[in-house]
Amino acid sequence: MASPGPAQHLRTYGQIAWLWIRAAWQYPTSFVLLAVGNGLITGLDFVGLWIMFSHLSRLDGFTLHEVALLYGSASLALAVADTAIGSVERIGTYIRTGRLDQMMTKPVPLLVQVCADQFTLRRLGRLTQAAVVFGWACTYVDWTPLRVLVAVSMLVSGALVFFGLFVGFSCIQFWTTDATEFANAFTYGGATVTQYPLSIFPREVMVGLTFVIPVAFVNWYPCLYLLGRSDPFGTPDAFQFASPVAGILTMAAALLVWRTGVRHYTSTGS
Amino acid sequence: MLHVAVATRTFRRYATYRAATLSGIFTNSVFGIIYSYAYLALWDANPSAGGYDSQDAVTYVWLGQALLMTIALWGGGTTDDLAERIRSGDVAIDLYRPVGLVGWYLASDLGRAAYHLLTRGFGPTLIGLVVFDISLPGSVLDAGAFAVSLVLAVIVSFAIRFLVASTAFWLLDQSGVKVMSGAFAIFISGMMLPLVLFPGWLGTLANALPWASYVQVPADIWLGKRQGTDLLAALGFQVMWAVVLIAACHGVLRLATRKVVVQGG
Repeated sequence: MASPGPAQHLRTYGQIAWLWIRAAWQYPTSFVLLAVGNGLITGLDFVGLWIMFSHLSRLDGFTLHEVALLYGSASLALAVADTAIGSVERIGTYIRTGRLDQMMTKPVPLLVQVCADQFTLRRLGRLTQAAVVFGWACTYVDWTPLRVLVAVSMLVSGALVFFGLFVGFSCIQFWTTDATEFANAFTYGGATVTQYPLSIFPREVMVGLTFVIPVAFVNWYPCLYLLGRSDPFGTPDAFQFASPVAGILTMAAALLVWRTGVRHYTSTGS
Repeated sequence: MLHVAVATRTFRRYATYRAATLSGIFTNSVFGIIYSYAYLALWDANPSAGGYDSQDAVTYVWLGQALLMTIALWGGGTTDDLAERIRSGDVAIDLYRPVGLVGWYLASDLGRAAYHLLTRGFGPTLIGLVVFDISLPGSVLDAGAFAVSLVLAVIVSFAIRFLVASTAFWLLDQSGVKVMSGAFAIFISGMMLPLVLFPGWLGTLANALPWASYVQVPADIWLGKRQGTDLLAALGFQVMWAVVLIAACHGVLRLATRKVVVQGG
């Protein structure tokens, strides 16, 4: 028998996700409020930026449209990653309650099961809101064919970087099961940091966000290209096209950490 | 006496999760650093925005991070236990105890808040003091008033979270309402951006709503922006909302116990 390929895994993922959508629909009021609430959270986020700009015309030289492009692209990448695999954050709970053991006995890869578990469409709210802001900011960009290509690769690579951060940092819970918040500093922290022009931070932060936690590739470098700006830090122009590399590297590193984590895992016995 | 016992036990319950606390302090500090640079850029472009200077603004950021868990801005805290007990029907047992439900959970939540203040409050503040030039209260009076204001902030926030949890009597599941109210609280309390920056009617409205007592009022007291009778007015504002909202909690509870059939186990 041939071993199941990625397409098969994707199908299984879809089936499990569909199960959870139907389950969530058992409490329709909560379901709708959660979706609207999530849209609201991120919506108010942007209102915050907008209020900020009522007190100034440029934030470190960037206009509201330019900041909106940074905000929208990072938010969109995070929303895609969060919707698809946000459940991986809960792995500590699965370990504590022994559900991970049950999952291991099933003929579906563990990562697929964990990511699809308690799949929730409520993040559609965030996805919609991010898309609207990004769309609005895009109308101010001076488009060329190459810029369109960079924009598409930015969104895909951005989602990959966040995929990697979610999975990689959730793995800490294989070693200590109640440190879920630690990962938030890198996932949601990464999303927050990318809302602003990176140039407001000191050089060391820029280096860290480029080479250690590569969220600068989620939007900063490609957006510089879309906006036709040169990097205030003076990094090479090649960085502006390097987002896919960052995405793939982050993803690969995360999968490696995941494998190490699963190997390290010993059941709590509960 | 009973309520003190409830509070100390909740304190200990939260104190069990040390790794969670440490990782939380780390996360608060990361966000504190991010927002500090964002605010510095803002105040660099407009040095007197909202009547704050850049030191006020950075201090405000770290106060916000310290209060985030203490006030339970995202919702949750001990009212989550209540919501779960309503869903499962166990709340019936709470209701025939010879102690008021609101007082019991309030005591418990104050115990939780005390733990979060000592850890998630002081931890990030220390980091803020080391990394950024944040200011301390100008006088003993300000420091004392800040402490009182903090307790009032927790009570106001508790009352709102209690009302949110009570929706489970009708909806069975509080999570939708909780997410909505949390998102709203983050925005309207001044956690996301100081209310002093909110323009026109939005600013007036935000400063009149109970959520202003979460972050903006205690922060302004810490920064010495409220002095003399204005200081009394600030605390009076919080007391007013605390009384009104706790009364609302009692009212909703009476409604719920009269109208709602407790879920059978």
